[in-house]
Amino acid sequence: MQHQQADSAAIARVFREESGRVIAGLVRRFGDIDLAEEAVQEAFIAAAQLWPTDGLPPNPGGWITTVARNRVIDRLRREALRPDRSKESAMLYQPGEPADTGAVSDDRLRLIFTCCHPALAAPSRVALTLRLLGGLETPEIAAAFLVSEPTMAQRIVRAKAKIKAANIPYRVPGDAELPDRVRGVLAVIYLIFNEGHRASSGEGLVREDLCAEAIRLARVLVSLMPDEPEAVGLLALLLLTHSRSAARTAPDGSMVALAEQDRSLWDTSLIAEGHSLVRACLRRNQPGPYQVQAAINAVHADAATAADTDWRQIVQLYDQLLVLAPSPVVALNRAAAVAEIDGPDVALAAIDALDLETYQPYHAVRADLLRRLGRTDDAAAAYRRASELSTNPVERDFLDRRLAALLHHD
Amino acid sequence: MTQYMLSVHTVEGVENYMNEEAMQAAFKAVDEFNQELQAVGAWVFGCGLHPANTATVVDGTKDETLITDGPFAESKEQLGGFWVIEAADLDAALDWAAKGSKACAQPVEVRPLQGE
Repeated sequence: MQHQQADSAAIARVFREESGRVIAGLVRRFGDIDLAEEAVQEAFIAAAQLWPTDGLPPNPGGWITTVARNRVIDRLRREALRPDRSKESAMLYQPGEPADTGAVSDDRLRLIFTCCHPALAAPSRVALTLRLLGGLETPEIAAAFLVSEPTMAQRIVRAKAKIKAANIPYRVPGDAELPDRVRGVLAVIYLIFNEGHRASSGEGLVREDLCAEAIRLARVLVSLMPDEPEAVGLLALLLLTHSRSAARTAPDGSMVALAEQDRSLWDTSLIAEGHSLVRACLRRNQPGPYQVQAAINAVHADAATAADTDWRQIVQLYDQLLVLAPSPVVALNRAAAVAEIDGPDVALAAIDALDLETYQPYHAVRADLLRRLGRTDDAAAAYRRASELSTNPVERDFLDRRLAALLHHD
Repeated sequence: MTQYMLSVHTVEGVENYMNEEAMQAAFKAVDEFNQELQAVGAWVFGCGLHPANTATVVDGTKDETLITDGPFAESKEQLGGFWVIEAADLDAALDWAAKGSKACAQPVEVRPLQGE
């Protein structure tokens, strides 16, 4: 076995790929999230000391699992020797599987239902899932939610404290609670995908592992709840969005806008699967926000060239989406589609009143509309604002190139 | 197992029940709920409280103990009654809370007790 280069980037990659799985397994075995997280952190510190000289082990995830598990057991043994802690340790150390009320035996799915428990505030659910299952660091989560790092750190600490104090269970909910609980889980998976699709930090525009993780979790949910149309809709949305990932990035690593993408690079098998799921949703006729967004992406996927896009159908779908899930972001996206039918002036008027000052895509859309209207100075200012707000170097580069092209033409 | 307090809050100036009949029905339902808690061993303690205007606050933190009339917090919402139950986890406690809420026809707050 050849030793792979084990630099800090390689270790970070293993952390991202493996920490969620290892934490979830340790939580099942030992019933304590903080304990599991700390042990995984310690295992990665050990890895950072050993791997650069010894090379990456053949199965890095297995190595981390073993080391982290031993750390937990060592710690519980140590604490068991202290009389004041023996009771807690004895309670924690219960090897074996907890009883399952659901049909799924995936540790991460159990953990996601814990993280998405309705007793937790919605922002905490997403933050915890990203942190515990997505292996995201607190600064990345803070950036994804436009809040400060200390605020996000406190949110995560409080949520974990509540799980522990209130004894929020670690299991897939029973049939009666499942439909309600699943909505929270869908929202979380969607955000994980978006974080992967438009990573807030790191070199690449698409963080394949997060997208793959979100798709994997969406597939598990669909297999668990084939009659939940929104789970199917979410999976379709993720597949159709992901089908374009190869075309979103040029060979030099720069970002390519939808209209300029080489559509031959779109993944036809993902599109086919996404389309068939969207058709299944249409037959069921119980529309929801994810299904409608999937349908919008299906319309894009149908167009052989950008000029062939059926914008009228897209605007209609956005109208439906605005009824199902009204938000300024949906209004912004609708306006971008309206621009293709009624022109940039109509779209610009529609987005002027939106309260999205700190939302990067708002300024990017606005810049594009202003550019098309020939308002070069205003467009340049909007591109600059969008670039300032972008937390992704590839995206920032894209915006800066747009700005440069605009000024060059002038 | 975790112990939880299920508390019921009353709002000053708001009648909890539309009429005498509704109140009697709630009393009966709560009684049945209590019996169910006791039958399965989930019951630790439970009771209703006299109104907040019967409360007295004692502050023994200073040299001289200070006794004042009234509830601790001047608030429209006051604790009206509570149960302490034992449940396997929060989901089990929330199920009990849903039943208790139906029985007393009031929202119920669920809080874990600190471990012994």
